[in-house]
Amino acid sequence: MDFQLTPEQQALKNEFEKFFSEEIKNAPPNWSGNLMALFESDENWAYHRSVADKLGEKGWLSLPWPKKYGGQEHSYFEQLLFNEVRAYYRVPGVDMWGPQIVAPSILEHGSEEIKNTWLPRISRGEINWCQGWSEPNAGSDLASLATKAVENGDDYVLNGQKIWTSGAHRADHMFLMARTDPDVPKHKGITYFLTDIDKPGITIRELLFMHKKRDYNEVFFDNFRIPKKNIVGDINKGWYVTMAGINFERSMIGSVSELQGELEELVELCKGTERNGKTLAKDPLVRQKLAQLAIELEAAKNWAYYVSHLQSKGQNVPAESSAAKWFSSELTVRFANTVIEIMGLYGTLKEGSKWAMLDGRFEDMCQISLGITIAGGTTETMKNIISWMGLKLPR
Amino acid sequence: MDLNFTETQDIVRTTAREFMARYYPKSLVRELEEEPIGFREDIWKEAANLGWLGWVIPEEYGGVGGDFLELIVLLEEMGKACFMLPFFSTVICSLPILAAGTKEQKEELLPKIAQGEMIFSLAFTEPSATYEAAGIETKAVADGNDYVINGTKLFIHDAQVAHSFLCAARTETDKANPENGITLFVVDAKSPGIKITPLEAIADDKQTEVIFKDVKVSKDAMIGEINQGFPIIKRLLEQAAVAKCAEMMGGADWMVENCVAYAIERVQYGKPIGSYGIIQSYLSEMWAEVGIAKRLMYYAAWLVAQGGPCAKEVAMAKSLASEVYRSQTRMGVQIFGGIGTTREHDMGLYYRRARQAALLFGDPISMRERVAQEIGL
Ligand SMILES: Cc1cc2nc3c(=O)[nH]c(=O)nc-3n(C[C@H](O)[C@H](O)[C@H](O)COP(=O)(O)OP(=O)(O)OC[C@H]3O[C@@H](n4cnc5c(N)ncnc54)[C@H](O)[C@@H]3O)c2cc1C
Repeated sequence: MDFQLTPEQQALKNEFEKFFSEEIKNAPPNWSGNLMALFESDENWAYHRSVADKLGEKGWLSLPWPKKYGGQEHSYFEQLLFNEVRAYYRVPGVDMWGPQIVAPSILEHGSEEIKNTWLPRISRGEINWCQGWSEPNAGSDLASLATKAVENGDDYVLNGQKIWTSGAHRADHMFLMARTDPDVPKHKGITYFLTDIDKPGITIRELLFMHKKRDYNEVFFDNFRIPKKNIVGDINKGWYVTMAGINFERSMIGSVSELQGELEELVELCKGTERNGKTLAKDPLVRQKLAQLAIELEAAKNWAYYVSHLQSKGQNVPAESSAAKWFSSELTVRFANTVIEIMGLYGTLKEGSKWAMLDGRFEDMCQISLGITIAGGTTETMKNIISWMGLKLPR
Repeated sequence: MDLNFTETQDIVRTTAREFMARYYPKSLVRELEEEPIGFREDIWKEAANLGWLGWVIPEEYGGVGGDFLELIVLLEEMGKACFMLPFFSTVICSLPILAAGTKEQKEELLPKIAQGEMIFSLAFTEPSATYEAAGIETKAVADGNDYVINGTKLFIHDAQVAHSFLCAARTETDKANPENGITLFVVDAKSPGIKITPLEAIADDKQTEVIFKDVKVSKDAMIGEINQGFPIIKRLLEQAAVAKCAEMMGGADWMVENCVAYAIERVQYGKPIGSYGIIQSYLSEMWAEVGIAKRLMYYAAWLVAQGGPCAKEVAMAKSLASEVYRSQTRMGVQIFGGIGTTREHDMGLYYRRARQAALLFGDPISMRERVAQEIGL
């Protein structure tokens, strides 16, 4: 067992460090750097776009892909280092879906035409995707989705509704699943489509998150047409195409690393904030709570490295990556709520108030972190996967 | 970065498993728990023959010359088997001798340790019940070529079988900095003036009170420099804390394995209890938390093995392993239901050990305080 980075890994990490520590200086004034920040304002979105272009140019959006399709053929471990450093500096620039969710599905199931059409654009950072999977009645049980796609000439015609579609209001493309055969078992009648969304037949409606900002949306299809050539994999095999989308760096290092940066700022804040005649840093309970967060972060980081190590060895790690998702997302919720508790009355003030601490980031985080324990598979789904696939418990 | 186990680490694990299966059944654990001495010469010799007692002792002193991570793997298997012989005590005492002893001391003591001829007990903690330097009040006063030790050592493991103590005593009082003025001595356990009284504790591990009354040791028995014992002890406590984590995590592995197996086998309401969501929730958290705590433990152990600063990571690992082991052994009992609460069921062995181990070499509260200091608070 050796935890030392190789000289090549260290050099690459240094390169990431250099880039992102510079790039954060270009952030707009109200940039919080959290998961949803890029959607919040035109300025934020423009910042995200400018970084995306630079990352595309450097080839950093396609680190683990084959060279043939514009990738760098790095392992998941190098991808982890990239995700770790980027999140630490809270720099945007990576589309939430394209490089790590859509691309693996295309790489495994796409025709050459699909690959040549889409992969170069994803690796250049050109496309802004949104994910049209969930529906009002298809959440955890995603395969029960009902949006219908019916063949019509060279196209499929879609009718139905998606929900929770993050960033649809900023996106120019969507990858989605729709039912193409209603008469077979639910997993076997779904097809995977790619589409631009700047055309008729689609309505995107705002659905505010509890903190009054816009992340997700409702999306309605009304005779929305997608050309057949935009289908990934075979008709009715879409479910299996999505399965390839688990082939990305799944360690959750990003959440951990972002919080590591926050912890460092928090320590400074506690040293400089007096309460009841002494600094927060001198309060034994505060010390215990922050230490506990530091411990859980270090543990989550080591687990992330372990997951990435297993993935780099070619292992499929459903239970381990689910444990990472469960632990790190729940840790984010605990973290945010602990910080608010430590800050006391100041903790709930929103960004923009001159009294707010750390720009009100934690007032924000204690709300949006709830999304992380739900989106991309709920905490309970993660435990189910551990139980069924890891521990082989009966169902 | 390579997080795989080495071939040697794998061999150590396999050997240890075979050893425990052959020589160390749970029935023996129960026998040893009930006995005041709790020792088996034949098993001890077998362990020595495998080189375990000298695993981290260099070959020139009769050891195997293995590394700390291999020791960690071995300790995991010992934790899994509830190994009760004074291996832990002896090995952790060998580490400071190796690190700070003179050539003569090493030549004298280490081969005996490696061969299983010298059992050691660490006489560090006192009624102050802390691992901080300020807790050491036992005094050693110079008297010609000797020192005379007076004081009470408490919560001392394996004194009842030890040939020697590694004893920390105060040779100088420095109120401003209690870390100054502590000196380490190797003390013959048969020395006049030593009185050993057993303590009964939750894990039935062999703890004792050891009273030193005018106990004479030669100056030559000093490990390291006069008054400079605490830095050596600090290092020892880091090593011991991670070693304790390894025992705990080994026990935790036993628990996960056996709880999962029971949940699949035990049927209530016509279905295995493991098919119920609530039990799945318990078990998935148990598996995940144990796995996560274990990876942190390996990282801390690797840092210890590198020899550099590791106070923060060791404290983190000890705190997390202790908390996880305590809370999950509690859930483990729950999964077995009534049978898990009995004296005869194995789950209780682990539940009780979790409560003991959490407090040894740094309890979670003091470990978190250490972390707080290390992160700059
Ligand atoms: C912030 C945010 C962003 C999102 N972004 C997107 C996006 O961009 N695109 C997209 O397609 N989707 C997105 N989602 C949707 C997300 O994937 C779903 O919310 C999620 O899959 C859960 O589905 P649901 O909300 O319908 O809850 P449900 O599935 O109805 O779950 C309700 C509760 O029941 C539990 N539950 C369900 N099934 C089981 C079971 N078998 N065992 C035990 N418990 C169970 C759940 O864990 C949960 O606690 C987003 C969600 C959020 C919160």
